[in-house]
Amino acid sequence: MKKTNEFSLPRIGATQIKLLEKLSNACAVAGDEGEVRKIVLEQIGPHADEVKVDALGNVLAYHRGTGEKRLRVMVAAHMDEVGFMITADDGDGFYRFDVVGGVDAYKLVGKAVLIGKEHIPGVIGIKPVHLTNAEERKRPVELEALRIDIGPAAGKVKVGDRATFATRFTQLGPSLCGKALDDRLGVATLIELLKNAPPHIDLLAAFTVQEENGLRGARVASFALMPDLAFVLDATPAHDLPTWDGSENARYNSRLGMGPAIYVADTSALHDPRLVRHLMVTADTFGIPYQIRQPGGGGTDAGAIHKQRAGIPSVSISVPTRYLHSPASIARLADWQNDLALVQAALLRLTPDLLKETR
Amino acid sequence: MTDIPAFLKRMLSAPGLSGHEAPIRALIEETWQPLVHELNVSRMGSLHGLRCGSGPTPRPSILVAAHMDAIGLMVNGNMDGFLRVTSIGGLDPRVLPHQPVTVHGRRDLPGVLVSPPERLLPANVTEGAVPIEYLLVDTGLTPEEVRRLVRVGDLVSYAQPPFETAGDTLVGHSLDNRASVAALTVCLDELQKRPHTWDLWAVASTQEEVSLGGSTTSAFSLRPSLAVAVDVTFASSPGCPSHKTFPLGKGPTITWGPNIHPALFEAFRDLAERHEIPFNVEVTPRHSGTDAYAMQVVAEGIPCIVIGIPLRYMHTPVEMVALKDITRAGRLLAEFIAALDEKFMDTMVWKD
Repeated sequence: MKKTNEFSLPRIGATQIKLLEKLSNACAVAGDEGEVRKIVLEQIGPHADEVKVDALGNVLAYHRGTGEKRLRVMVAAHMDEVGFMITADDGDGFYRFDVVGGVDAYKLVGKAVLIGKEHIPGVIGIKPVHLTNAEERKRPVELEALRIDIGPAAGKVKVGDRATFATRFTQLGPSLCGKALDDRLGVATLIELLKNAPPHIDLLAAFTVQEENGLRGARVASFALMPDLAFVLDATPAHDLPTWDGSENARYNSRLGMGPAIYVADTSALHDPRLVRHLMVTADTFGIPYQIRQPGGGGTDAGAIHKQRAGIPSVSISVPTRYLHSPASIARLADWQNDLALVQAALLRLTPDLLKETR
Repeated sequence: MTDIPAFLKRMLSAPGLSGHEAPIRALIEETWQPLVHELNVSRMGSLHGLRCGSGPTPRPSILVAAHMDAIGLMVNGNMDGFLRVTSIGGLDPRVLPHQPVTVHGRRDLPGVLVSPPERLLPANVTEGAVPIEYLLVDTGLTPEEVRRLVRVGDLVSYAQPPFETAGDTLVGHSLDNRASVAALTVCLDELQKRPHTWDLWAVASTQEEVSLGGSTTSAFSLRPSLAVAVDVTFASSPGCPSHKTFPLGKGPTITWGPNIHPALFEAFRDLAERHEIPFNVEVTPRHSGTDAYAMQVVAEGIPCIVIGIPLRYMHTPVEMVALKDITRAGRLLAEFIAALDEKFMDTMVWKD
């Protein structure tokens, strides 16, 4: 625990990284979040007053505070990841598949995958380069042409099974590398927040499903939880790579090593200015680095939450992450640490007066 | 007896890009040591293992070459800590985005080869088919660390770990051509209990993927009476023309074409039929794409043949091979070598 003048902020240590590893390696394609749900339930059991799994599979955990006039604060992180579903058995160990969530077909070529609850290993191959011509190599591969190949044997995989990239989590110096860091980083953060829940609020932790399939879990979770406001924890693309000609990269969205990214506007929501201000003032007060996510495309569970019931003031905060929706994403440990610290500090500083300010 | 699957998996994890085969060579050397009478390394880095035959000297010899080098990449630039790369050997750039790699810098650095977001690429470049010069390796390290640890010219290998798949198959990178080194090792194992009159030079050749430089020079030094190249061939897989591919797990191929001596082809085919070793005939109308192309024209010329092991997804990190095809190819070689007698070279004639 890092002692500050007023509060103690939780830290990311070996235990938290180990948990992130377990979460990243788990397979939980949108609509089939069971593996992550199981880990979440094990982790939060002792730290919540009430835990419920709803009709869509969301895990809703309630931590009751003490004292008068407590704010009901929803914090959401989605358990699901992008992946694949087997759609047809072509025989001989070859299967057709479709993508679940936004995955570009070109990222699948030459990758190892895990299929179904038994994690049957398979590959997505391509015609050998020797049998292609120059024109062909300039054309992106189409999803229709790809197959999952488990080897020449039948019967182990069924139509309807989900599949994910087979990447195993690893640390690269100051960075974290694995599949589904979007949004296992958020899930791991929310678990930590629940373990350190501030006493002056009611913390409503929502581990949501189907974010990658249209924010569907968050929609019903926020209806059920009836919060006064919501924080959404996610991972946002960091396009902070050099441009091909070395000119300035002005469209980076977010950058690794610059702290958690606070959202102002994306395709799904105009984030509540009071909450945006609250996060920035908190970060400045505590000396926590942060960045503003460049306004633009993209979306988070806040897109569903802010329009629920009579409206729920919402804001998103994300760990900047490179190569989202690919076999291996890269994020910085320090950004995750600062993300956790900032959200925890923001919860600690919350008062009902915040919502009385003009928007 | 060598534990072939275990040996093969170890080989798949050993670096050995064309021209830089030392790590893989050390592993093969260690495994072949008990199986041969003599080991030496050529000027070009190829490993030569000699099994002496029992015939009277001077004995004829057969050279069996399996190239040990692998395709890969090489660092050719550093942009703010992101590495630019070029290819070693033939790569389809569409296979490369988001592959795990190892950068062999001052120490081995894991990383990911990435296709930058379209917004950072030239307007005429299509996402999904980005030329290799625009791809970058991200090691997750800071630009300062990358500058300290990586230099232009450092090698980059695929890092996909090997794994088993259904139907007794194995997936990994560099199965082209470590699968054939495994087959040659099966052959050496078999010959431990089989008498053979000819000398056998088992050669793990270098630089096949770039210049065929290893087999060219080894064949010259060793000057065998016959030469066999063992290499992988195309196994049937989605999108591949069926007339150019062979079923996985249904036996090796015996190759026919201008790089092949017709009499040697017939001898292999007849032997495989006699021993009921399943095989397919592969035709290569021009360049066989193997060490045989080089060895055939060494010195005054050498009768050559190619034995192929069907492999899916060649030159990707997820090549797939059937272990059965490896053992069958090894057995076919051993049976052939054991059957060679003093008169065999008299059959290497042109029946015009």
